[in-house]
Amino acid sequence: MAALRRSRAAVVESITELVGNTPLVRLHHIERDCPGVELWAKCEFTNPAGSVKDRAALWIIRDAVARGAIRPGMRLIDSTSGNTGIAYAMVGAALGVPISLVMPANVSAPRKQVTAAYGVELIYSSEMEGSDGAIMLARELVERHPGRFFYPDQYSNPMNPRAHYDSTAPEIWEQTDGRVTHFVTGIGTSGTVVGTSRRLHELSPTIRCLAIQPDDAMHGLEGMKHLPSSLVPQIYDPTVLDGMMWMPTEEGWDMAERLAHEEGLFVGHSSGGNVAGALRIGRELAARGEAGVVVTILCDRGDRYFVPLKWEKTYVW
Amino acid sequence: MPTVRIPTPLRKYTQGQEELQVEGATVSAILGALEAAHPGIRERIFDDKGNVRRFVNIFVGDEDIRFLQNLDTPVGERDEISIVPAIAGG
Repeated sequence: MAALRRSRAAVVESITELVGNTPLVRLHHIERDCPGVELWAKCEFTNPAGSVKDRAALWIIRDAVARGAIRPGMRLIDSTSGNTGIAYAMVGAALGVPISLVMPANVSAPRKQVTAAYGVELIYSSEMEGSDGAIMLARELVERHPGRFFYPDQYSNPMNPRAHYDSTAPEIWEQTDGRVTHFVTGIGTSGTVVGTSRRLHELSPTIRCLAIQPDDAMHGLEGMKHLPSSLVPQIYDPTVLDGMMWMPTEEGWDMAERLAHEEGLFVGHSSGGNVAGALRIGRELAARGEAGVVVTILCDRGDRYFVPLKWEKTYVW
Repeated sequence: MPTVRIPTPLRKYTQGQEELQVEGATVSAILGALEAAHPGIRERIFDDKGNVRRFVNIFVGDEDIRFLQNLDTPVGERDEISIVPAIAGG
């Protein structure tokens, strides 16, 4: 048996110092479908609050505190479909910033429970209007109570892509020793794909960076955004992208299942969609007889999406 | 007549209407009538085999039909049916 790879474990002053520096894992079993191409995935679920959103939340709150944008007595408020909320809740608790979150009422029960555990104020928007409904309600609350809230707006806040420009991209570059040829990930706020792609292109202009969107407005890739039918985030910058993939829900869900069964990676549906996109690139390269090093993102763990069992069902709408 | 609540991504099929009154005694009958009045909506909710897509949740009142009698779930005159999709990013 191979020895465990050892490196000195981190010793830190605050949980926020554990954000980022996530492991990169090779997908040896999925890779068999694209011989000659390496598939790698960044384990963002190892962030302290469990998702890729820890990076954006930390960058956004640190920046706001440094600029004096959150004055005493003010609360940070933002709309979220879940993971950003959990990340804000963790960073806010650790840095002493009170947090209010607006979420669609139909976010998964674990998401509501996890955010509540950090002591945040939860406000629900209509379950029929998705994350755009949450955005509208957050804006309304900010207008109705001037001076009460600091509204960073993750969809327009330059610190969101900046987090990935500063951290995710250099990590991928170092972890692959500069061998990365393709980067692909889904669009949620677009922060991850825009920030990472922007920096990777600076590090090597030949890297291909692609974004993924659900193939229809009515989809089940929770966390991903179908831009043609949504409010387009201000931070979205298509000029840093080399292409777009349209992902059917089924393809993403099937890949999430494969990752659990074949790689031991139990991840959420958006991660499944991301790896399905990476495999599409791998197959295209393999078909042309080309090699490649394709990197994608595992946004969070699958246990964020558990539905209540029959005897546990209590829907609070 | 029962009321069907339409989520944002399906409102392009209902000319922007958020709620519709649809005749029918079961979820299946009501969704059939919905398709007849607003063609295209069925394909977004059902897969090729006629099952509700895994990621679409249909509720009668506050109850997920998966915990009731699925498409055979009876619907009363004053019941509300909600078609609830997954949530987009952020």
